[in-house]
Amino acid sequence: MTTAVREERPGGTGGALLDVRGLRVTFGGRGRRRRGGFVAVDGVDLTVGPEETLGLVGESGSGKTTVARCVAGLIRPDAGGVHFEGRPLGPAGRRGAAQRAVQMVFQDPRSSLNPRLTVASVIGEAWRTHPAAAPEGDREVALRGLLADVGLGPEVADRRAAELSGGQCQRVSIARALAVRPRLLVCDEAVSALDVSVQAQILGLLAGLRRSHRLAMLFITHDLGVVRQIADRVAVMRRGAVVEEGPTDEVLDAPRHEYTRALLDAALDLNGPGPEGEAA
Amino acid sequence: MSGPTTAGGTGRAGAAGPGGRAEPLLRVAGLSVGAPGGPRIVDGVSFEVPEATTVGLIGESGSGKTMTARAIIGLLPGGVEAGGTLRWRGEDLLGAGPGRRRAVRGREIAMIFQDPLAALNPTQRIGRQVGEILRRDGLPRREVRRRVVELLGLAGVPEPEERMRRYPHEFSGGLRQRAMIALALAGSPALLLADEPTTALDVTVQARILRLLRSVQRERGLAMLLVSHDLRVVAHTAHQVVVMYAGRVAERGAARQLLARPAHPYTAALVRSVPAVRTRSALATPLPGSPANPAERPAGCAFHPRCPLARERCRTRVPEVREVAPGRFSACHFAAEVFGS
Ligand SMILES: Nc1ncnc2c1ncn2[C@@H]1O[C@H](COP(=O)(O)OP(=O)(O)OP(=O)(O)O)[C@@H](O)[C@H]1O
Ligand SMILES: Nc1ncnc2c1ncn2[C@@H]1O[C@H](COP(=O)(O)OP(=O)(O)O)[C@@H](O)[C@H]1O
Ligand code: SF4
Ligand SMILES: [Mg+2]
Ligand SMILES: [Mg+2]
Repeated sequence: MTTAVREERPGGTGGALLDVRGLRVTFGGRGRRRRGGFVAVDGVDLTVGPEETLGLVGESGSGKTTVARCVAGLIRPDAGGVHFEGRPLGPAGRRGAAQRAVQMVFQDPRSSLNPRLTVASVIGEAWRTHPAAAPEGDREVALRGLLADVGLGPEVADRRAAELSGGQCQRVSIARALAVRPRLLVCDEAVSALDVSVQAQILGLLAGLRRSHRLAMLFITHDLGVVRQIADRVAVMRRGAVVEEGPTDEVLDAPRHEYTRALLDAALDLNGPGPEGEAA
Repeated sequence: MSGPTTAGGTGRAGAAGPGGRAEPLLRVAGLSVGAPGGPRIVDGVSFEVPEATTVGLIGESGSGKTMTARAIIGLLPGGVEAGGTLRWRGEDLLGAGPGRRRAVRGREIAMIFQDPLAALNPTQRIGRQVGEILRRDGLPRREVRRRVVELLGLAGVPEPEERMRRYPHEFSGGLRQRAMIALALAGSPALLLADEPTTALDVTVQARILRLLRSVQRERGLAMLLVSHDLRVVAHTAHQVVVMYAGRVAERGAARQLLARPAHPYTAALVRSVPAVRTRSALATPLPGSPANPAERPAGCAFHPRCPLARERCRTRVPEVREVAPGRFSACHFAAEVFGS
């Protein structure tokens, strides 16, 4: 495969799990054409294959979250659409079986969990919503297994979200998403707010789950180091459009688009230049 | 339960510099922070900030970085107190009265906070807030205005004449952080405490803010204590590094050398957990377990439950801070071994 500066899409999308095509989202504006509105996403095409991880990067405001919200069915695009396993994905709540196949993990682990619910009831609720995914045998055992999958001990089951650390909350969010056995996990800045140490734990965890649970991921982040770790392919967004896409190592080693180069120049490395400047 | 008693209080750990050396701008020695009778959130922290130098303060969340910075500027939350020694240009700050502390704050030592929106007054225009300290100095209106425009410009706020009339909520995250920097520089401090100044910002804005801090630091000969949990930010910006774990100093020394060749297993583990951008498949190795809470600090070396090198001695004895190489201090029983490997 070669790095393609976006002009023409490489080949068809045969076998894609997720297929985002011609996505356009306008905020505000009047009428059906949303005249005078702000075009946040303009003609985005993306595919994610089965068990593949696609990294989506770009600076603040480039439209990454907006794309994720369309995939989750939380926003309706004014043009284009999202297909999952070849079938169109409707708005959230009206997706049938695909509802549980596509799960989201958001940036702020605290605000995405009800602080008063225990971890056991958070997971129980996911199983009630999607009875098809609920364990057939002993739920206690299933719950313990799920918590172990995300690196949490069984004692956490009776704790409330308010009593957990940020890293623990993020693991619970992931456990909740995994509880319903999704095929695709959409992670929007899921590790950005965490310490490097916890971040590395969660990334290791996701990489493992990918294999054991045969998960595909759309992984949104502004941290190119994180992308390097987790993504098979990366797409770079700027001002609502994808400007470059390709295998992660190729894009990061030899970026074709000047904007990708600018992002790379801005990214810091541990062994980059120090305070006295350019001598590395 | 009171905290472990071994390492606290003596205040000598970092003080034993070579005889006759000039007093640094700031000397923190045996600093402790905690509620009276309660556990020490910060316990026996020692380091120095020399003139015109950037010192990076790193560690996982909850390790006491913010509390250390707040103790230095004298803005601790209610109920907690600082003990030990803080020497500012040789003057004892903890012994100074509240009037003197207030005089130092803003004019000699200034702080920029992790969350600029919480630190700025939402009901006051940016220009008014930046000019506050200048007005208190009795500068004429015109002159205050001129200096505010100059400061905002220096901090990289575009169109400062127009922007100074705006309110904080009308600024983006990056602009707010710039306004905070302008505000902090208004009193011409000699030391700037920057608490996670770029953590909430995306890479491109982060790079701009760090460049700005670096250039201001050089041009004004400012000293800076840069608090961050991002090792990459610190490697990029700091001359010296202090690594904190569970309220104590694990290791400190010259930045590049320390990050390239740690003398403490915790630093080594932190370095290994940083994802690399420019090198292929250099897999970051996660640090097992979660950060110790200073309020429930494990006995002995607080890091021992997570340390791959922990031995019997580590569980019972608090390691002393020792100089393993000139200017490099490590609080590990086996520092020499780690440093040598
Ligand atoms: N509900 C909304 N109403 C109006 N504008 C919006 C709305 N949501 C997003 N936008 C705008 O759309 C653009 C893209 O936003 P989006 O949240 O997708 O960016 P992002 O790439 O996720 O950025 P970040 O890295 O900061 O999270 C931004 O300019 C944003 O201000
Ligand atoms: N207002 C407070 N009163 C008492 N303890 C606090 C307060 N704020 C924070 N702490 C505790 O102090 C410790 C250090 O916190 P902090 O300095 O904010 O860490 P860091 O900045 O390194 O993340 C933590 O255990 C935290 O729970
Ligand atoms: S003293 Fe022991 S437990 Fe602590 S860092 Fe050193 S080897 Fe590890
Ligand atoms: Mg976003
Ligand atoms: Mg802090």
